[in-house]
Amino acid sequence: MTITHHPSEELLLDYATGALGEAWSLAVATHLALCPVCRQTVTEMEAIGAGLMARLETEPVADDAFTDVLERIDAPLAPPAPAPAPPPVRAAGTKPLLPQPLRDYVGGDVAHLNWQRLGLGAYQKLIPTAGGSTARLLRIPAGQPVPEHGHRGLELTLVLDGAFSDQTGYYGAGDFQEADDNLQHQPHAAPDTDCICLAVTEAPLKFKDLSVRLVQPLLGI
Amino acid sequence: METCLPIQHAAPSEPTAGTPFAWPLPFQKSKRVERQRVNSVPNETADQVAMTAPETSVEALNAMLLAVAVGQDRAAFRGLFDHFAPRLKAFVRRQGTDPQMAEEVVQETMVKVWHKAGQFDPAKASAATWVFTIARNMRIDHLRKANRPEPDYNDPAFVPDAEPGAVDRISRDQEAGRLHAALTVLPEEQQAVLRLAFFEDKAHAEIAEELGIPLGTVKSRIRLAFKRVRSEIGEIR
Ligand SMILES: [Zn+2]
Repeated sequence: MTITHHPSEELLLDYATGALGEAWSLAVATHLALCPVCRQTVTEMEAIGAGLMARLETEPVADDAFTDVLERIDAPLAPPAPAPAPPPVRAAGTKPLLPQPLRDYVGGDVAHLNWQRLGLGAYQKLIPTAGGSTARLLRIPAGQPVPEHGHRGLELTLVLDGAFSDQTGYYGAGDFQEADDNLQHQPHAAPDTDCICLAVTEAPLKFKDLSVRLVQPLLGI
Repeated sequence: METCLPIQHAAPSEPTAGTPFAWPLPFQKSKRVERQRVNSVPNETADQVAMTAPETSVEALNAMLLAVAVGQDRAAFRGLFDHFAPRLKAFVRRQGTDPQMAEEVVQETMVKVWHKAGQFDPAKASAATWVFTIARNMRIDHLRKANRPEPDYNDPAFVPDAEPGAVDRISRDQEAGRLHAALTVLPEEQQAVLRLAFFEDKAHAEIAEELGIPLGTVKSRIRLAFKRVRSEIGEIR
């Protein structure tokens, strides 16, 4: 996997500090599973956080704090909740297409998902996350356009299979696009393979074409 | 989400609380050696050298964490506690957390350090960085009640790092040392922005609002700070 488009340093920092909401963190974390380069950057940022912490003036803890901690580590651990049966992956010995943490969030690998028809040949799978943002898996048919749209806020797109391109470039598996209010783009899925991507939006997309805008509430996008 | 609720139970089985941490010298030298020797050398050997300096070295912290991971070494854990707990408390207090809650978060963080020590990999991060990430997650978990998804290193779909060459890669320990030096010389305005980001987990836009400066200025200060720190660390990648 050759990744050429990475999350911005701002986004990685917000992830490293813990400031990022769940849906956005999901997109960043899934990219990190695929991208050693960005993992390295995040580790460097965390090292900076640790370095800043080391420079704080220390605050004494309670006298019996260590005793309390020892009591806790000696306490029998609560029995772990029974692990849910792992969702089926493609086949024994082959790599799942969706990496963690995404696979758990959508409830399995792509072959096992209940896709929801979006119209225009596209499908989606909404992913429940806390906060006002929306995360969804999108499947755009090979060679087909995604309706041209602008954004009312930030939109993140992480390609997981296939590829798409728009006027900003070509995005293959692992590539990460950050689009803001200013980008009015018309992504096309590359030929040959359906494009599967994780999309996170801050607000409903605003489509340029009036007819699409009218059906937008029906499509749920 | 994991929880670490306080549980009432019996007294600790060993009177280790008052034992000053002491660390045999060979453990400070090489991580390879430590892994083998932690099991073979009992804690109460005669050639221990007390580490009383308030600043414990990066290598010593890593060695202690490995000793906890491999041998559930309580003396080493005491050393980690003495070093990190007062720093963790300062860190948690920076969020405006009241002292009692801060104490609770510190204790839970150290309990987690004990239980998760086996996951510590000194090739990935220094002990200080690793403990910092546990504290950060604890803060998100405990104070903000939010989820922070993370990649899973054991997932078959996880793309591992390329094998690092022994020569072209400075060690995490050296990196931590140089990082410390780099942070010392960072201009105050850049440090201020980083502190808001890491201590109060404020996003870029919130930092701009708090400092009353444009978002672009926040971004450029953070970029400059990273550039500076990276060049000081002497990144050779
Ligand atoms: Zn990346």
